Amino acid sequence: MRSRAVPAPLAAALLLSGCGGSTGGDPGGTLTVFAAASLTDVLTELGETLESRQPGLEVRFNFAGSSALAAQVVQGAPVDVFASADDRQMQVVTDAGLASGAEVFAANELVIAVPEGNPAGVTGPADLAREDLAVALCAPEVPCGAAAERVLAAAGVTARPDTYEEDVRAALTKVELGEVDAALVYVTDAAARPGSVDAVEVPEAGVAVNEYPVCVLDDAPNPRAAQAFVDLLLSGEGRRVLADAGFMAP
Amino acid sequence: MSRRRDGARVPAPLLVPAALGVLFLALPLVGLLVRTPWSQLGRQLAAPGVGEALRLSLVSATLATVLSLVLGVPLAWVLARSRARGRSVLRALVTVPLVLPPVVGGVALFLVLGRQGIVGSWLDDLGITIPFTTAAVVIAETFVAMPFLVISVEGALRAADTRFEDVAATLGAGRWTTFRRVTLPLVAPGVAAGAVLCWARALGEFGATITFAGNFPGTTQTMPLAVYLALQRDPDAAIVLSVLLLAVSLATLLLLRDRWLGRAAV
Repeated sequence: MRSRAVPAPLAAALLLSGCGGSTGGDPGGTLTVFAAASLTDVLTELGETLESRQPGLEVRFNFAGSSALAAQVVQGAPVDVFASADDRQMQVVTDAGLASGAEVFAANELVIAVPEGNPAGVTGPADLAREDLAVALCAPEVPCGAAAERVLAAAGVTARPDTYEEDVRAALTKVELGEVDAALVYVTDAAARPGSVDAVEVPEAGVAVNEYPVCVLDDAPNPRAAQAFVDLLLSGEGRRVLADAGFMAP
Repeated sequence: MSRRRDGARVPAPLLVPAALGVLFLALPLVGLLVRTPWSQLGRQLAAPGVGEALRLSLVSATLATVLSLVLGVPLAWVLARSRARGRSVLRALVTVPLVLPPVVGGVALFLVLGRQGIVGSWLDDLGITIPFTTAAVVIAETFVAMPFLVISVEGALRAADTRFEDVAATLGAGRWTTFRRVTLPLVAPGVAAGAVLCWARALGEFGATITFAGNFPGTTQTMPLAVYLALQRDPDAAIVLSVLLLAVSLATLLLLRDRWLGRAAV
């Protein structure tokens, strides 16, 4: 019976270890970008733009909650560019002496995302306290969760969430699937899913505007491509892509 | 089956990879113990939510194992003994969760048992909502862990001597009686080994749980989820929680190994 039971965990371990790889320093090569989950669509677009201009360059992204990414960077992940959803997580990286001179390139604030047509009739933050609604918030550890706490405090609402999601896109997905009736996400996340997610404005959103900083890591394996990517992000073209997605100028 | 110690000299070409294998598996655990902030241990363990997460993990893994036993042992019997056609397809289906990334399993559970899911929307009309409840944790863990039990028990059934069952039948025992009184005791060590594997897998379940059950302290936040989120806030807390989970797993394995598993030890 052992011989049947053992290969499965082994296979799982092999599958898990099948990631990683090296980054070269040649002009093309690979550029590794760690970015906040809320930047998924815009940075993917800008990455493709950069790839089309620098043949041979491959831009690889790791989108997740900024705090998870910051922890991975501090643990020594080989990263060229880090774009965080708030200053606090950028500071985790700069305080560790891994980068300096982060620049803010965009800002964002929260809305309540609801499934299309707003089946539960959500009108504002007060509804997040309703017991009959399934509500998702970001975990307080990640930037959107920290912002949600400030916004809810400003609104004087004690929310009754059913789940604390590990990043903002996970919260958005639960809305999209119709599994929760409301979630506090960024304006840009709600806008990224037209046709499946509607947004309900939060009057108090202005108390917690997230500023997005970006930096090139000091030990970037591909510093030239990294700088090119950050330059593109900060350029007029980059700002236009960000504005189209609903990001505010810093 | 060599029981003579002097006959078990390891051939040199096997020795080096085997030693590297041991290092590879053991070093991360050593690293965890070396980096553990022992002085903070008491304070971190007393932190709010730790006891809650541990209790939830133990309860849900145990419930998932019970559910797996109730459904998995009969399923293993069907796979090992029945002559029905399509058994190989059935076995492939049953083992899919073993190779499926757990997050995918979580998404799949949503599509079936979620509020908009095939079965879930119907349950929702009856006033039963599964996602984001402790029931969802148990279901996610069972989905991921039950195949370990099924495969283990099926292997035991195949290895068991069917002549005992034949004898029982000739003595007039019905098929159900034969199963209960002859087959089950015969494969008990295999069932126990499978149950332990299943429990350990359920205890460590992360992907399907965070996807399908969400993350809420006391309801759905099991130890692995607590470790993951603690790592983003306070790595020391994450290490302490990891060591706690490691200790619980090891203690259980050692306890059960001595008690029940005998030769079938995992």
